[in-house]
Amino acid sequence: MKKTLILSTALAGLAFAAQAQEVTVMSWGGAYGAAQTEGHVKPWSAATGTPAIMVDSDNPAPAIKAMVEAGNVTVDVASVEYADAIRLCDEGLLEPIDAASLPAGADGTPAADDFFPGAVTECGVSTDIWSNVYAYDTSKFPEGPKTAADFFDLEKFPGKRGLRKGAKAVLEFALLADGVAPADVYTVLGTPEGVDRAFAKLDTIKAETVWWEAGAQAPQLLADGEVAMTTAYNGRIFAAAVGEGKPFQIVWDGQIYENESYVVPKGAPNKDLAMDFIKYATSTEGLRAQASYISYGPPRKSANVDPIIYAGDGKTEMGPHLPTNPANLTNALLTSSDFWVDHDAELNERFQAWLSQ
Amino acid sequence: MAEAATELLKTADGRPLKAALAEAQSRAKRRAFLLVLPLLVFVLLTFLVPIGYMLKRSVEHDGFAASAPALDAWFEANPGFDPANPPEAAYAALVQDLARMQTEKTTGIAGTRINYTVPGTISLFKKGAREAGALVPPFKDAMLAIDADWGKPALWRGMAAASSRYTTEFYKVASDMKLTEDGWARGGDKERIYLYLFFKTFLISGLITVICLLLAFPISHLLATLPMAKSSLLMILVLLPFWTSLLVRTTSWIALLQEQGIVNDLLVGLGLIGDDGRLSMMYNMTGTIVAMTHVLLPFMILPLYSVMRVIPPSYARAARSLGATSWTTFRRVYLPQTLPGIAAGSLLVFILAVGYYITPALVGGADGQLISNLISFHMTKANWSLAAAIAAMLLAAILVLYWLYDRLIGIDRLKLG
Repeated sequence: MKKTLILSTALAGLAFAAQAQEVTVMSWGGAYGAAQTEGHVKPWSAATGTPAIMVDSDNPAPAIKAMVEAGNVTVDVASVEYADAIRLCDEGLLEPIDAASLPAGADGTPAADDFFPGAVTECGVSTDIWSNVYAYDTSKFPEGPKTAADFFDLEKFPGKRGLRKGAKAVLEFALLADGVAPADVYTVLGTPEGVDRAFAKLDTIKAETVWWEAGAQAPQLLADGEVAMTTAYNGRIFAAAVGEGKPFQIVWDGQIYENESYVVPKGAPNKDLAMDFIKYATSTEGLRAQASYISYGPPRKSANVDPIIYAGDGKTEMGPHLPTNPANLTNALLTSSDFWVDHDAELNERFQAWLSQ
Repeated sequence: MAEAATELLKTADGRPLKAALAEAQSRAKRRAFLLVLPLLVFVLLTFLVPIGYMLKRSVEHDGFAASAPALDAWFEANPGFDPANPPEAAYAALVQDLARMQTEKTTGIAGTRINYTVPGTISLFKKGAREAGALVPPFKDAMLAIDADWGKPALWRGMAAASSRYTTEFYKVASDMKLTEDGWARGGDKERIYLYLFFKTFLISGLITVICLLLAFPISHLLATLPMAKSSLLMILVLLPFWTSLLVRTTSWIALLQEQGIVNDLLVGLGLIGDDGRLSMMYNMTGTIVAMTHVLLPFMILPLYSVMRVIPPSYARAARSLGATSWTTFRRVYLPQTLPGIAAGSLLVFILAVGYYITPALVGGADGQLISNLISFHMTKANWSLAAAIAAMLLAAILVLYWLYDRLIGIDRLKLG
């Protein structure tokens, strides 16, 4: 009797757990994860009555790869880099997303025309466009640098430089600063001479460079006065400049921007709810909601029509701070995921070897 | 007397004493084994199994082999084919496999596997797979028309090697070898990195071990000889950083040593250096060594202390009373008795330093990278086989050092307390 009772209680518990259907979203944590929690997870959960939680990872892509390969998927939606969304999709680790099912823009434009080109891929829908930019301290340079080339000009703008320790976006930045047009960057970088040219440009500031790895380090180096200017993720500089009132100025010339994508891992426990979440999050309102917390651009035309107000202070207009703002796009490069899936390992080995020389 | 000895000794209930003793002993042994069983299972599950799995990963990758059966069969049937000019049959198998990859969505996995040794392959595979279904013979010309790279000897060498699920290629990559058009060769000057980093990792770890020993020896001696009240206080000073989070300690060093940091500010304030002559002590090798030495110091102090505490002071006094100078006393009487502690501390610090990751990542800058940072890089890029191969090489190197240590010093002389 007692045994039956225990067993039935356990079974009831299991049934309850299966019914609860809590949707788990995995993202990068920090200010970025917080923006997605406030902009997507909480409102979606409130609107549908489905419990949803956000979990952090220092990079969701390898985490979901490990889960799918081990056959133990606990995440329904993950926010991954664009190149990872494509790579994992090619490896059959993601659920395809039906592009036709994505909601039309707030103004009625069909999703296919509303999203920026490339924002919707076979298994991923872009949630924002973020950018690699460089920033300087306005109290150090009243007449600040204006172009990518200025970053490499140690005579005109003396002081240490901060650069992300990795090949991606750094090599492109060096070529842009060396006068390569954005349209030609990946053609040039695809040749051995082009790679040499990028490293030669980096050689000119190598002795003066401080390398950072975590996104939070860049604004910290700038705040500590360790560097006169540094490359950074634009959202981090925005958070420090607008959020905390630091005298930082972003230089948009030579920015290298890319999409971030929501994906559904293959075998996600709540696949249908996950698809519903993505439709909500990448709707015009969903994208605008996220962009009101962090200065990454919404990848839909309809989401960029009306001004977005920063939720942190309730008054700053996000427009000029977004990578997608037309004024910021004059000399900008869209990251080529095709190039980096092919050459990531190769160029990073070269980069590490160059660093330790 | 003689009769009594031949008669078997018996217990009170009449059993032979020998048998009763053996049974009691085996019962005690079983009980002792049951006590350590949880630990054994734990070690097996959390340590040996993952290491075994890692070693397997380093030689196994079926990303290509499992998704290209036609090519697998062809490569097996034609082991001596000319990679510079594969025949039409090979291209026919290739087209068949590419079409299959397209329907089964395995292009990415197969392309990624080949991309490890032949960069640029993923997009080549994707492009080829998209069009493979519509191709008509002759397939060789059709494939070369899509992309001339399909005729590259390195690509065919790479595919032939990857058609077996077991491979040593990851170890070759981890030894700075590159797959060229003519087969495996030593990488160019600008590309070699792994062996150099292995060498550097061991050098730095050795240096940190020596610095730790030099710093820890006098402190441990003080700890062991001071009166209880004072040594307890000193012990807390040693242990307090030990209890503090590693990240906190590492970032504190950044705050102290960076160019606009406290130490530089102090030196400038005292007029010892000019404002433009601030020392670079962070984001380089100096920073790595300072921060790692600090983090690892307790691992040297504690074993040394526990050994020194039990060395009777009378030995040193006896040596002095017999006319030895203080240096001779130290060298011939005190130091040899601390050797087990030195050995234990050095081994601990060295092995921990070799695998150190987060501190060099944060304070290492350009030249403070260690091999573990590259393992981490390949882990995050999901190239687990290469990460496993580098890790296995690190493990092998440590085992060799451990063996050497056992031969030279003897592992039984190790004493942790």
